[in-house]
Amino acid sequence: MSQDRLIEIETGILAKNDQYAQANRTRLAARGILAVNLVSSPGSGKTTLLCKTIESLGDQPLGVIEGDQQTQNDADRIRATGARAVQVNTGKGCHLDGHMVGHAMDHLDLAPGSLLFIENVGNLVCPAAFDLGEDGKVAILSVTEGEDKPLKYPDMFTAARLAILNKIDLAPHCDVDLDLYEANLRRVNPGIEILRVSARTGEGMTEWIDWLRTHLADKSSPEAAE
Amino acid sequence: MHEMSLCEGIRRVIEDQARKHDVTRIRRVRVEIGRFAGVETEALHFAFDVVMRGSVAEGAELVTLELPGRAMCYDCMKEVEIMDRLDPCPTCGGGKLMPQGGDEMRIKDLEVA
Repeated sequence: MSQDRLIEIETGILAKNDQYAQANRTRLAARGILAVNLVSSPGSGKTTLLCKTIESLGDQPLGVIEGDQQTQNDADRIRATGARAVQVNTGKGCHLDGHMVGHAMDHLDLAPGSLLFIENVGNLVCPAAFDLGEDGKVAILSVTEGEDKPLKYPDMFTAARLAILNKIDLAPHCDVDLDLYEANLRRVNPGIEILRVSARTGEGMTEWIDWLRTHLADKSSPEAAE
Repeated sequence: MHEMSLCEGIRRVIEDQARKHDVTRIRRVRVEIGRFAGVETEALHFAFDVVMRGSVAEGAELVTLELPGRAMCYDCMKEVEIMDRLDPCPTCGGGKLMPQGGDEMRIKDLEVA
């Protein structure tokens, strides 16, 4: 076979997505907006955590992109807090992608120095592979899910910068070992940061809000914009 | 995981390349898949045949080349090759391994018919 009949590409299969994600990242950086991609299984308490987070952040400008296969329910819950939210229904899709998030950002038109929360589709597999242009993934893991969840779905916890161990108020009722959760998280991602939180009682919320404010301050500082 | 959307990504790349090189038919597509990419090769082949219908790569053969899984061991600070995502470090037996490669999903080349 002659050389000219072989086209060398060496292109990532998700190259198109990565281009959209990079465009999002550039837009976010230009406005000093911190974007966090919230990932978890369905039912980990992402939306409740987000509602409480928005309340705790007071007058901090922010926006929310909600990803679900169907319904406006989550966006409605977010809007009830007074925050701006765009719902993306992925239909048959199992994850948000860079293109969808770019469109949703057009609708939100966030002010410089805002926080952008992207609540991904509840799924511990596919969203790990799709860059959205975010600053980091935050994995939310509720204590009722089992200590071995990070071992069963390692990719997501490896991709995450921070893990929130949520619903810790339930821990005494479900015979769970919080230290084992942490050990398993560090086994699949030795560099992961971990916060123990109960969105319901407010325990650990201060640390989470501090985490957000610290990273937002880094992102929106004049040096970061250069 | 989402082999169907991966194949849609492959189709987009193939169509871009076919236009660029003025090619009307592709006979073979070779992709490199890392051991930790979470891709089921069998599902990928199935989805590939379905997704390529009506494109320049309809009926093309899909060849998958597996790339090894690599990780940095946080105990001995060496980069090692592991077969399974949860394997201990083959050098020191440590259990704190951070994947450094093996999540690749790349289209290597296209063979023109």
